[in-house]
Amino acid sequence: MIEVKGLVKTYGPKRAVDGVSFSVKRGDILGFLGPNGAGKSTTMKMITGFLRPNAGSATVDGIDVTRDPVAVKGKLGYLPESAPAYPEMTVEEFLGFIAEIRGYRTPEARAAQVDRAVQLTHLTPVRKQTIETLSKGFKQRVGFAQALLHDPAVLVLDEPTDGLDPNQKNEVRALIKGMAEAKAVILSTHILEEVEAICNRVIIISQGKVVADETPAQMRARKPGARLDEIFRELTRGDL
Amino acid sequence: MRHIVPIFKREFLGYFRSPVAYVFLIAFLFISVSLAFSRYGGFFRAGVAGMDSYFTFFPWLFLFLVPAVGMRLWSEEKRSGTVELLFTLPITTLEAVLGKFLAGWAFLTLAVLASFPMALTVGYLGDPDWGVILTTYLGAVLMAGGYLGVCTLASALTKNQVISFVISLAACAGLLFLGFSSFTDTLEGLLPMALADALSNFSFITHFDAFTKGIIDPKDVVFFLSLMGFTLFLNVVVLER
Repeated sequence: MIEVKGLVKTYGPKRAVDGVSFSVKRGDILGFLGPNGAGKSTTMKMITGFLRPNAGSATVDGIDVTRDPVAVKGKLGYLPESAPAYPEMTVEEFLGFIAEIRGYRTPEARAAQVDRAVQLTHLTPVRKQTIETLSKGFKQRVGFAQALLHDPAVLVLDEPTDGLDPNQKNEVRALIKGMAEAKAVILSTHILEEVEAICNRVIIISQGKVVADETPAQMRARKPGARLDEIFRELTRGDL
Repeated sequence: MRHIVPIFKREFLGYFRSPVAYVFLIAFLFISVSLAFSRYGGFFRAGVAGMDSYFTFFPWLFLFLVPAVGMRLWSEEKRSGTVELLFTLPITTLEAVLGKFLAGWAFLTLAVLASFPMALTVGYLGDPDWGVILTTYLGAVLMAGGYLGVCTLASALTKNQVISFVISLAACAGLLFLGFSSFTDTLEGLLPMALADALSNFSFITHFDAFTKGIIDPKDVVFFLSLMGFTLFLNVVVLER
């Protein structure tokens, strides 16, 4: 569903993303691992069409992001890092706005999508509250609801469990796992247990390059008996 | 183009979801009306049933108030990161730019039209030329659009609202002063006559003046519309960069 070939993004002399290639099939949950600043978010921003790559291509469902960004964006659900949302709107107004842009024209269709997303992400108690008054966990869930609203075939989640407490983390993981069968999911994280818990593939990225692309079991087999973070440290040594 | 509607709605209602709209509307009406009644406006002393003394300050008022409306349009999105959300939704940059601009323009139009009690007062006190009042309102709305185009462009350049405000103010002041003879005289000393002449044609004041005299000159309408078109085009370019 997602096909990434040789993506490059440079900021001045620095190559933030340096020839990243991978593909994600339906039913995959791909864990995107790497130290901060390794190029995870930049890669995701290029897949979602927010940033224009300097070289390489990203296609979603066969459509090239740079050729037809609007079509790709229609198929994607994207949760940007730290889940930005318009603070002065209520949860309901915000999701209604997203639904309207996503092409749900009638008020009934909008309400149905908003209700579904609110229920999936357990936002019912705060749906009439303005987003600026919400706790970090709820804000994160609003971002999640926004990404899920149109039931997209491809989900790109940038640190979906960041800032959540352990219970909320488990809940979000269960939610992602529950939906994954019919979708292709990419999620970035730097929590290694998270990858073990829900991902069936791991990509480790270091200094803009893919240094490992395998299953969590294969990654573990690299150094039997070692903890995951030791393996991680070894693979991403270049970033230190 | 159908995505303009939700963006317009969100942006326009956004003014009213925060105190911005109320503070702005009250300040605008209070300042504009008190200027008209002040000794500089001379609303009563003029002895004429017209709104000249009210609208004469508009180019100056807009210089400060339109940047206040326009500065948040893009800067705010960039600072809070919602720009990433907006541009990963299935919309084109042009739709986003137009939706936001039209929302700001509609808000300014609302502010200008909220001065209707002034018009009613004039009508009660005397027998004004309603045609002139109508063209002046039209001119004021068009001029607001011209100012706002410059301000949205400035707002797209930075994520800092203060910088956005200052750039807008400076750019609008430039466009305003081009209409004053003392300023253009200096220009004529520095530049070839033809160029100085051409530059002075870019002034807000020159083009607003005819409207206040009851004349709708196509070249003034075209000036404001093309200024909006040009700044919005640059706005799209800046955002897609």
